Amino acid sequence: MRRTDSVENTDTPDGAETSDDAEASDDAGTVREADPVTTTERDQARGARAGAAPVVRVAVPERSFVHDLRAVKIVLHRELIRYGRDRMRMVSGLVQPVLWLLVMGTGLSSLMTAGRGAGPAGTHVDLKTFIFPGVCAMTVMFTAMFSAGSIVWDREFGFLREMLVAPVSRSSIVVGKCIGGAMVATLQGAVILALAGLAGVPYDPVLLLELLGLMFLGAFALTGFGVMMAARIKSMQSFFALMQMALMPMMFLSGALYPLSGLPAWLTVLTRFNPLTYAVDPLRQAIFSRLALTPELRRTFDPGVTWWGWRVPVGLEIVLVLLIGLVLMGVAIIEFRRSE
Amino acid sequence: MPEDGTPAVEVAGLVRRFGAVEAVRGIGFAVRPGEIFGFLGPNGAGKSTTINMLCTLLRPTEGSARVAGFDVVRERDEVRRNIGLVFQDPTLDGYLSGEQNLRFHAELYGVPRSVLPDRMRQVLEMVGLWDKRGDRVQTYSGGMKRRLEIARGLLHSPRVLFLDEPTVGLDPQTRASIWEYIRDLRAAEQITIFMTTHYMDEAEYCDRIAIMDSGTIVALDTPEALKAGVGKDRVQITTDDDEAAIAALAERFGLAATMAEGAVTFAVASGEAFVPRLFAELGMPIRSVSVSRPSLDDVFMSFTGTTIRDAEGSSKDWMRMAMRGGRSR
Repeated sequence: MRRTDSVENTDTPDGAETSDDAEASDDAGTVREADPVTTTERDQARGARAGAAPVVRVAVPERSFVHDLRAVKIVLHRELIRYGRDRMRMVSGLVQPVLWLLVMGTGLSSLMTAGRGAGPAGTHVDLKTFIFPGVCAMTVMFTAMFSAGSIVWDREFGFLREMLVAPVSRSSIVVGKCIGGAMVATLQGAVILALAGLAGVPYDPVLLLELLGLMFLGAFALTGFGVMMAARIKSMQSFFALMQMALMPMMFLSGALYPLSGLPAWLTVLTRFNPLTYAVDPLRQAIFSRLALTPELRRTFDPGVTWWGWRVPVGLEIVLVLLIGLVLMGVAIIEFRRSE
Repeated sequence: MPEDGTPAVEVAGLVRRFGAVEAVRGIGFAVRPGEIFGFLGPNGAGKSTTINMLCTLLRPTEGSARVAGFDVVRERDEVRRNIGLVFQDPTLDGYLSGEQNLRFHAELYGVPRSVLPDRMRQVLEMVGLWDKRGDRVQTYSGGMKRRLEIARGLLHSPRVLFLDEPTVGLDPQTRASIWEYIRDLRAAEQITIFMTTHYMDEAEYCDRIAIMDSGTIVALDTPEALKAGVGKDRVQITTDDDEAAIAALAERFGLAATMAEGAVTFAVASGEAFVPRLFAELGMPIRSVSVSRPSLDDVFMSFTGTTIRDAEGSSKDWMRMAMRGGRSR
């Protein structure tokens, strides 16, 4: 340590470049062995720099669509890397859905069978199967919100600044965040899909792909919502408090946990105004169309969403969710553009 | 590189208000290409606000600023493409490795993929982090993080590198090594460096410094010229009877002396020439004498009438307001 210091002090920045090559890297070696804690990285730098090639100069290109696309991709890529590295988040994100599915689902199933009595196949729907699409939606919803919340996090840790001073359009950053968040949420949803068997949902590859696609769509809309909120909210605490406040009612009013037919008028109206309703229903319809059920049971458990008695087709529901997502993202872009 | 002689930074009548608070009160200066230009002043003097305006993060209330030849308001993207930034607070993603942080930056700035590997290696080697490039930034020390930020700021070959308090919160040894990098950097990259600091000793490294106080520039010159401008040297003597010595100095030379660092201290023009007179005329034995040239502390004091530390105390609340305005963007 001492020795290198004196070496450091004697070599002038200019003189070191050519003559000290071997000596400097030697130093780095001995220092590291002798005192791993105080290894001054300067020494390594010296060694490396001594042999430096001529400066590689970079010309930053004019702004273009391709450039913005690269920005979208890297923002998205970062979300995926961060998700991949954060095992804790992956696991903790699973706790709630598994509790719903296995504990609530199983517990309440006994209530249902007590009333109806177990019958032959096709005449009975397991509650676990019924709430499975709801649980999928829930998982995706919470993960998407968390991803969107990372903008607030980035702001607190300063990383947002790094993005905002870059010579790219703000929209590419927002788009990257929204798609990245949706992808992360879909990945988390895929983990839940792996549990399909436990809920009596068949592992039909087409069904699984369909579900993944629908989850991505819902996640996209929710991330858009989250990013829009994150544009205004400056602290992590308030973001999560607000999310909690928004997510719980959204979940309870979405048909994730009960069928949306035969409800009292006030509840019917509330559920129809909830965007999440239109994200959950296609999931349920996809799953129930693969089950062998009597038409009567299908009507009870998978009644779909109706507007004044008209059953909203799945296609329209999908378009609706996509539109909501795009509008929310648009608002988020405007908000980020406006902040200097 | 700005070889055509256009100033790297050119500022005229720049003003920034946060509500009723005027953080920057109409400043003007020019930075030559290739210079290390320092903004010196206590926290809250308006340094960060100025740098934020130059980096296009904050819109000036009045006045104009051009960086690398481009207007910071009208040609914002051009400015952004030509500047590198190292902020006062870290802006790295701790979950990513050093290399991934740089890659993120490269993609955002559209660095051509063909040169990226070489360029990345070069900047990482320059700051001595090539061997650590795969480690998560979380595991880096404060100094390593700052160096990674410097590397990142350089990645896209900016013409002007802005360093906002690049060494704040670092230990003296790390500070010294960061400075070493900055000076080597100028030699290697032909770059203009614009920095702020509130460490007097660091300002000495700059080619020119602007002393900023309460939103205005009170002095701008080379450190040497600024110190010479103060004119007076600091003389310290020790005697057997310091009280009597202070009285004698006042009586015979008309000098106001005080006790500082255990010695009788006073300021006088050309101190070395004064010493023989002192011995001849003070009328009492002197045990030791030391003469020192004015420091930047003395310079700061002569322009603002306060030491930089005292100035920080008084402007802290004011600073917080200004920072809040600046940081939320």
